[in-house]
Amino acid sequence: MERNATDMRTPLGRVRGFGSARSGTEHFWYQRLTSVALLPLSVAVILIVVALLGRNHAAVVQILGSPIVAITMLLFVVSMAYHMKLGMQVVIEDYVHDEAQKFTLLIGNSFFCVVIALSAVFAILKLSFGV
Amino acid sequence: MAEIRAPVQRPISPHLQIYRLTSTMVMSGLHRITGMALYFGTALLVYWLVAVASGPNAYANVQWMLGTLIGRVVLLGYSFTLIHHALGGVRHLIWDTIHGLEPNDREWLARATLVGSLGLTAVLWVIGYMIAGGEL
Repeated sequence: MERNATDMRTPLGRVRGFGSARSGTEHFWYQRLTSVALLPLSVAVILIVVALLGRNHAAVVQILGSPIVAITMLLFVVSMAYHMKLGMQVVIEDYVHDEAQKFTLLIGNSFFCVVIALSAVFAILKLSFGV
Repeated sequence: MAEIRAPVQRPISPHLQIYRLTSTMVMSGLHRITGMALYFGTALLVYWLVAVASGPNAYANVQWMLGTLIGRVVLLGYSFTLIHHALGGVRHLIWDTIHGLEPNDREWLARATLVGSLGLTAVLWVIGYMIAGGEL
C-alpha cells in the first residue's frame, strides 16, 4: 500500500484499520455546551440556596417545589450530571492505562452520574408534586 | 526473511517535570482537581435534596450535620470549589474564542481566577451570615 504524504496515521493505526471513532468533536462540544448552561444555572442555584438559609422544613419544601425553582434545579442537576460524566471520563482516560481497570472505572463513572441525576430529579419532582 | 527493525523513534512530548511551574499550569491543575472534588460533592447535594424530600426528620439531621464545624468547612470548600471551577471554565471558554492566549493575558486570567473565586466566596459567605446569622 502506497503511503500517502498527507496520511497522518501511524503504521500500527493503518494495520488495525479501526478508522475514526465516529464521534469527532462531540465530547468537546457537549463539555462546552453544558458548561455554558451551568454558568447561569449555578448562579441561580446559589441564589436559591441563599434564599433557603435559616428557613424551616415546610418553607424549604414550598420554595424547592415551586415551578420556577424546581425547573431551575432540574436543569442544573441534569446539565451538571452530564458535564461531570464527561469531565471524569477524560480524567480516567488520561491516568488509567490498564484496559480492564479503565473500562471498569468508565462504567462506574456512567453509573454514578446517572444515579446522581435520577436521585436529584426524583427528589425535586417529589417536592413539586407533593406525593 | 523478515528482518527485525528497531522501533521508529517518535518524538515524545515533554512532561510536567520538564517545565518551570507557571501560574497557568497551577490553575489548570486546580481546574481538574476542583472538577473532581465537585464530582463527589454532588453526592452531598443529592443527599440534601433527598433529605428535604424525605421529611422533617431527615431534613433536621442533614441541617444538623451541615451546622457542625466540619459541615461548615465542607460547605465552605464546596462553594469555593464551585466558584473556582466556574471561573476556570469561563477562562477556557475565552480561550475557545482564540482570545487571551498571550503570556500576559494568560497570567492575568490565572490571577483573576484565583482572586475572583476567593473574593466571590467571601462575599457569598458574608451575605449568608447576614441573612441567616449563623443558622442554616
